Amino acid sequence: MHLGVSESMRECEYSQISTRSSTPMETPYKKKTSKKRKWEIFPGRNKFYCGGRIMMAKQTGVFYLTLVLILVTCGLFFTFDCPFLALQLTPVIPVIGGVLFLFVLGTLLRTSFSDPGVLPRATPDEAADLERQIDVANGSTGYRPPPRTKEVVINGQTVKLKYCFTCKIFRPPRASHCSLCDNCVDRFDHHCPWVGNCVGKRNYRFFYMFILSLSFLTIFIFAFVITHIILRSHRNGFLNALKDSPASVLEVVVCFFSVWSIVGLSGFHTYLISSNQTTNEDIKGSWSSKRGKDNYNPYSHGNIFTNCCAALCGPLPPSLIDRRGFVQSDTPQLAPPTNGITMYGATQSQQSHMVSDTETESVTKTSAFRAPNSFCRLPPHPSSSSRAASQ
Amino acid sequence: MQGLVPTATDGNMATEFHNLQELRHSASLANKVFIQRDYTEGTTCKFQTKFPSELESRIERTLFEDTVKTLNNYYAEAEKIGGQSYLEGCLACATAYLIFLCMETRYEKVLKKIAKYIQEQNEKIYAPRGLLITDPIERGMRVIEISIYEDRGSSGSSSGSSSVSGSTAR
Repeated sequence: MHLGVSESMRECEYSQISTRSSTPMETPYKKKTSKKRKWEIFPGRNKFYCGGRIMMAKQTGVFYLTLVLILVTCGLFFTFDCPFLALQLTPVIPVIGGVLFLFVLGTLLRTSFSDPGVLPRATPDEAADLERQIDVANGSTGYRPPPRTKEVVINGQTVKLKYCFTCKIFRPPRASHCSLCDNCVDRFDHHCPWVGNCVGKRNYRFFYMFILSLSFLTIFIFAFVITHIILRSHRNGFLNALKDSPASVLEVVVCFFSVWSIVGLSGFHTYLISSNQTTNEDIKGSWSSKRGKDNYNPYSHGNIFTNCCAALCGPLPPSLIDRRGFVQSDTPQLAPPTNGITMYGATQSQQSHMVSDTETESVTKTSAFRAPNSFCRLPPHPSSSSRAASQ
Repeated sequence: MQGLVPTATDGNMATEFHNLQELRHSASLANKVFIQRDYTEGTTCKFQTKFPSELESRIERTLFEDTVKTLNNYYAEAEKIGGQSYLEGCLACATAYLIFLCMETRYEKVLKKIAKYIQEQNEKIYAPRGLLITDPIERGMRVIEISIYEDRGSSGSSSGSSSVSGSTAR
């Protein structure tokens, strides 16, 4: 009876395959009809818009708050204060305000929407090669070895490169893994919820220009709103002035509370740029002289001017993740190695052996890469253990 | 690991492939070598010129080193901080970075040159020796991946061909 049920089920399967495509296919997975773009199978926790052109972090609520604050404050300024100031003082004021506002908006959107310098995860072959090298170094054992590090000497300083279990790579110097976005980011500065993205190598200059121009804009609006109220109070008295232009009160409050944090942040980042450090390194005190007499920053160019120019006017590196590219479904894969690989590796490479489809393999990678702490606790896959047994 | 590393046998090593298409269709992937980054001079893109042992029987050391050194020079040119990059940076900042919508950055121009160079090296030097270089940009600028191919006839087992197509392996 059981056989009869499976027979009928198999019949259904065959008819399903024949209705889907006219050509007899060797694999039941259809991939010719829908070509996926790489952003659709991206393993990190990012959100993509406009067909992969815009890339942001998962939590964007605070970014919308930033946008609303800037738009509302500037809107109120242009509507209520600028007419008075343009007439009483000079029309240059709204012009400068307008230019500053557009620059702030432009740099904010550029910071939020661009790829901060995400490092793509290792291909299965790369990961297997690294595993092999590490196992050779440690001696093959069944359990997970201690956290892997590699030491490099950069310009005379010894730097430790850590192995990222999620991305399966040795992180380049100055790269760090963002736990919110689940990506390794090159020259990782920090994850900024206000811009809704990580700040890394590719968007640091936009971030700096954003906070610098925002400081100028905040001080500008604060100063001219105060001027506006003072000029009005000369004419009508202070309380009447406030009654005539209630929006000004709101603007003053917003600007007063923002100016301290934003100007402070700009100052801090100016210091970081001039000494060529990231927020990450500064907080950890990686290059501080307190760590040791010979501790110095190996990335610094020597003088403040060069450091600033390098950070702000240096070449803009390209995005490494190729969001809009199409997924290649016919990349040849190596046959998986038969020994010295952890259980996790065997499961993953076995999956890739079963299907030649890169997209499905990446999906497997996504689910498996998500929890680095638990990968050694994965229950043994029945077929992988039987494979291991047959070796 | 048996069967993955090409063993040095008599004449089978000197397989000739006339173009890349032929290479991909008539050969099976035997192994991949990864040339890692060299971080001794900082975070600028530079690859190690150490000659990997797996390539010893496939290609001359000088040819390999030339390729890697030329690639390193290209990357150094792309990341050079000097007059032209400052000009580009300042111009971009002045136009609120909108200029990048119509203009290609210098880095992108050099990357195109690199892609052409790699293609040319593959066609002239590596494919005739059964090797294929993958552009580092496709591997996140982390490694230069060199694929080592074996002639299908000499691999001797059906698993060789199925690892490429993947369809019959169950």
